[in-house]
Amino acid sequence: MEKKIRVLVAKPGLDGHDRGAKVVARALRDAGFEVIYTGLRQTPEQIAEAALQEDVNVVAMSILSGAHGHLFPKVVDLVRGNGMTDTLIIGGGVIPDGDIPALKEAGVAEVFTPGTPTSDVVNFIKENVKL
Amino acid sequence: MDIAKELLKGNRLALSKAITAIENEYPEATEIMKEIYPHTGHAYVLGITGPPGAGKSTLTDKITRAYRAQGKTVGIVAVDPTSPFTGGAILGDRIRMNELTLDAGVFIRSMGTRGSLGGLSHKTADAVKAMDAFGKDIVIVETVGVGQSEVDIVKAADTTMVVLIPGMGDDIQAIKAGILEIGDLYCINKSDLDGADKLVREINMMLDLDSFMTDWRPPITKVIASQNEGIEDLIGTVEKHRAYIEGNGELTRRRTKRTRDEMLDILNSGINNFVKGQIVDSGRLDEYVEKIRAHDTDPYTVVGGLMDEMLKK
Repeated sequence: MEKKIRVLVAKPGLDGHDRGAKVVARALRDAGFEVIYTGLRQTPEQIAEAALQEDVNVVAMSILSGAHGHLFPKVVDLVRGNGMTDTLIIGGGVIPDGDIPALKEAGVAEVFTPGTPTSDVVNFIKENVKL
Repeated sequence: MDIAKELLKGNRLALSKAITAIENEYPEATEIMKEIYPHTGHAYVLGITGPPGAGKSTLTDKITRAYRAQGKTVGIVAVDPTSPFTGGAILGDRIRMNELTLDAGVFIRSMGTRGSLGGLSHKTADAVKAMDAFGKDIVIVETVGVGQSEVDIVKAADTTMVVLIPGMGDDIQAIKAGILEIGDLYCINKSDLDGADKLVREINMMLDLDSFMTDWRPPITKVIASQNEGIEDLIGTVEKHRAYIEGNGELTRRRTKRTRDEMLDILNSGINNFVKGQIVDSGRLDEYVEKIRAHDTDPYTVVGGLMDEMLKK
């Protein structure tokens, strides 16, 4: 019996920059996780439904458009509303420090900003994921 | 949550959890399979295979939409390779199927191969059963991008479609063994590219030389999946093949063979687990190895004795 960590890497919102998401996806793959990558311009509804169908342990969102304050909490609500109460939800991208407390309040477990070593993301997941 | 009962009631999260239990070989997986098994056998299983970049995911997306337009529900199991070094994987087939995510009549699950070499994962067939029991009319299994010899899909699917694209090699490739002989249907994707007609000729030539040909000659359909061209024709050939194998008993033969293989697999893995528990984990293996190394006995005698002992239990 093997419990493999499954992570959905998602790009909510309308910005077309997925280099960061791809770098993180690759780092998570190299850490031995199964990474489901869904591509650009996902609605919160699509992200939550993909998380359900894939039964992921982690939803990792990347955003550079500035709409994190709206989109991240929406994803949290939808994922929880689907009955996925244990799923770890994290975010990253160009996010001002001042916005982070509100995102955490809304249920985003951690927010990773530019310059974060990918190993920090891997370690955070390993320490906080519920299998 | 009672996963099996909820799955049978149509709870999507339960289906998802069932596939996780199956894939990770949780102890409850066997009970789930026992409970859902009587509800399987209704879905038609379409296998889609072909080399990397042939457009399997895009085709799966378009074929699914066409089936949805006919009012049929669809389950999709999409397999991508697991790294042999880290055990990690990037499962990217959903990228081509995003429009389907919010369609309540479609359920997509990505799976890593997790060490299996035949183009599927060991648990793909059971994941298909879960979707079947859930009530999907059609289950599409998309293999990893295959090379020449990953042909497990024929064991898992009722109809196997091989997707090819122009420009992948000369006609000697077409007479080699392997994935080119397993198609019930051939689909030439990206057929607006140079060489599509040449590829059709080469496959036809290969089929002309097939000495095991039944009265089903695999049709070759040219499509451009990204532009949704030729998809209706393609689905037509799937339905024609389905009617053909349903009519002449071949479908029953294929499914009987699948049940037989499955039964042997389960039996073998049961025996393996028994051996592991009784002989490896108990430390007896190491004791025997020590004796054999010292030439007090030999492996043939030891194994003979163990077989007698196990069969008596």
